[in-house]
Amino acid sequence: MNILVCIKQVPDTNEIKIDPVTHTLVRKGVPSIVNPFDTYALEVGVRLKEQLGGKVVVISMGPEQAKEALKTCLSVGADDAYLISDRKFGGSDTLATSYILSSAVKAVEEKEGLKFDLILCGKQAVDGDTAQVGPEMAEHLDLPQITYALDIVYEDDKIQVKRECDDGYDMITTTLPAVVTVVKLPYEPRYATIRTKMAAKKKEIPTLTFDDLKTDEAYCGLGGSPTKVKGTYTPNREKNGVKLNGVEANDAGAQLAEWLQTNKIL
Amino acid sequence: MANKTDYKNIWVYIETECGQAKPVGHELLNPARKLADEKQCQLIAVVIGKDVEEVAKTAISYGADSAILVDGPEYEYYTTDAFAGAMEQLIGKYKPETVIIGATNNGRDMGPRVSCNLKTGLTADCTDLAIDEETGNIAWTRPTFGGNLMATIMCPDHRPQMGTVRPGVFKKGAFDEGKTGEIVKEDIHIAESDIRTKLIERVKEVAEAVNLEEAEIIITGGRGVGSAEGFKTLQELADELDATVGCSRAVVDAGWMPHAYQVGQSGKTVAPKLYIACGVSGAIQHVAGMSGSDYIVAINKDEDAPIFDVADFGIVGNLFEVLPVLTEQIKKQRA
Ligand SMILES: Cc1cc2nc3c(=O)[nH]c(=O)nc-3n(C[C@H](O)[C@H](O)[C@H](O)COP(=O)(O)OP(=O)(O)OC[C@H]3O[C@@H](n4cnc5c(N)ncnc54)[C@H](O)[C@@H]3O)c2cc1C
Ligand SMILES: Nc1ncnc2c1ncn2[C@@H]1O[C@H](COP(=O)(O)O)[C@@H](O)[C@H]1O
Repeated sequence: MNILVCIKQVPDTNEIKIDPVTHTLVRKGVPSIVNPFDTYALEVGVRLKEQLGGKVVVISMGPEQAKEALKTCLSVGADDAYLISDRKFGGSDTLATSYILSSAVKAVEEKEGLKFDLILCGKQAVDGDTAQVGPEMAEHLDLPQITYALDIVYEDDKIQVKRECDDGYDMITTTLPAVVTVVKLPYEPRYATIRTKMAAKKKEIPTLTFDDLKTDEAYCGLGGSPTKVKGTYTPNREKNGVKLNGVEANDAGAQLAEWLQTNKIL
Repeated sequence: MANKTDYKNIWVYIETECGQAKPVGHELLNPARKLADEKQCQLIAVVIGKDVEEVAKTAISYGADSAILVDGPEYEYYTTDAFAGAMEQLIGKYKPETVIIGATNNGRDMGPRVSCNLKTGLTADCTDLAIDEETGNIAWTRPTFGGNLMATIMCPDHRPQMGTVRPGVFKKGAFDEGKTGEIVKEDIHIAESDIRTKLIERVKEVAEAVNLEEAEIIITGGRGVGSAEGFKTLQELADELDATVGCSRAVVDAGWMPHAYQVGQSGKTVAPKLYIACGVSGAIQHVAGMSGSDYIVAINKDEDAPIFDVADFGIVGNLFEVLPVLTEQIKKQRA
């Protein structure tokens, strides 16, 4: 089974700080990581490959720096990696991103001389948080999709996906090729070892640019994006409420009960 | 690019499964009614499902002017191909200016499929809707970077403009049983051979429906609760207050509670009257899902826990000492 995994390099949102003066994101010094959901997508892809044979290829659209994320993927089981990068791709919203990535799928298939049976994405990227790129790629490629996967099993030319839903899960099957977006797995992604890190370091990561993909510029980048960001602001949630510190539990509990009553909250 | 002036009216998609509407569709009719009044256009509920005429009527009672109904056996359970296919046909025929979809797992599965098919913009997981005064476009506001930053997004040149909105962000409007409106039935069917995914089994992991989004009072436990048994202390207070128990992601990761109870960015968005966070540190991803609560109470051992920043009433202390006192005091008040 040949598997393509789309991965994105994102800032670690747990480390993000807001500049108290400008009220904008401070990205300096914030570590970049492989989008956490994508690490699950990669792990299940690598496990399927180990079971069935074939190849796992990772791609990422982003600046040169995103090669670091691709290297990380090479050190935890991916066989090959491609960076999709061009000035013309900058400022893409999800529709443009998914269009470029789906064109890249075809370009990588040609380069590698294979067809992908399965295209995996993370459920969502933790910077944009949209969860749209996966389904949109499926639409561009006219493939079936299953989102919110908790596990993927292969059986008789089909995959069985455990899909998260409100109060449990659904078991869904589909034929291949297909696009699946992954939320979580019953197991954790593997760690790199010194040896796999060294091997990944040596591996060349080709860059595919606008000229390598058969894309129409009108649908790429900022100009090809139907949605426009009109403004951003940082939510101010600070409340300066009552805070009991060093008050003994009996007393604190009683004060809280009284506060709830006087404010008619209950 | 679509000729913008051909596109009129606001649609709210009412998601159904097994003939039942998900609450978020009705919630969305409330803000959408205001937008439609402001724009002086029609608010239309779009219902796709099996045996769902009653759902269309209910949508009119919740504020829709009329409803479009697609009914058929292939819509009993959600599949991407059937639902997205039907929606695309409807949008092609009626050309709505705006389409609002609940950001449930199924809504977020169908939405991008449809918007991509129509080559238009979709704004995900919005928490606020408004009309831009200058252009008349919908201004969709949504959290990004795990809730650290809010962004306002517009879709100026493409139609329809589409967005998904999180369940629990808006409250349902008034229900007017006597309100009438037209229900237009559209005979759209998707051939079984065109539905490429098959549901083979549905497994319920939660005994009873967890209705966090509609709860008036939520008592949430975090990693500080320490174990699944620890939640008994929260449940005792919940029983007294007729409240619903929720949890943080750390609790789900530890296997103490199922995911259906998780509040936050990758769980439920809630806005109850009272939210009591016990042993929750208040990570941004958690706060993003509960900061809309009217009153927030926090109990945490660590005086520097960020949850205190968003709390109206905070107690630095051990939840296992404070909660039983609170439960007793409330019992006394009520006796
Ligand atoms: C992409 C992404 C999405 C996420 N989505 C969510 C989400 O939807 N929801 C969510 O909750 N998190 C989410 N998280 C995780 C989030 O970042 C935090 O890790 C999580 O909220 C922490 O849970 P916690 O507060 O229960 O645990 P901790 O951070 O470990 O905090 C436990 C707290 O309990 C206190 N405590 C311990 N014992 C006691 C006691 N006896 N009495 C009182 N206090 C006590 C401690 O002082 C501490 O503050 C997400 C993270 C990422 C990266
Ligand atoms: N620039 C990108 N390069 C590669 N994959 C991406 C990119 N953006 C999004 N993806 C994939 O699409 C998923 C959903 O992203 P999003 O729709 O942005 O939340 C991610 O988890 C990735 O698998």
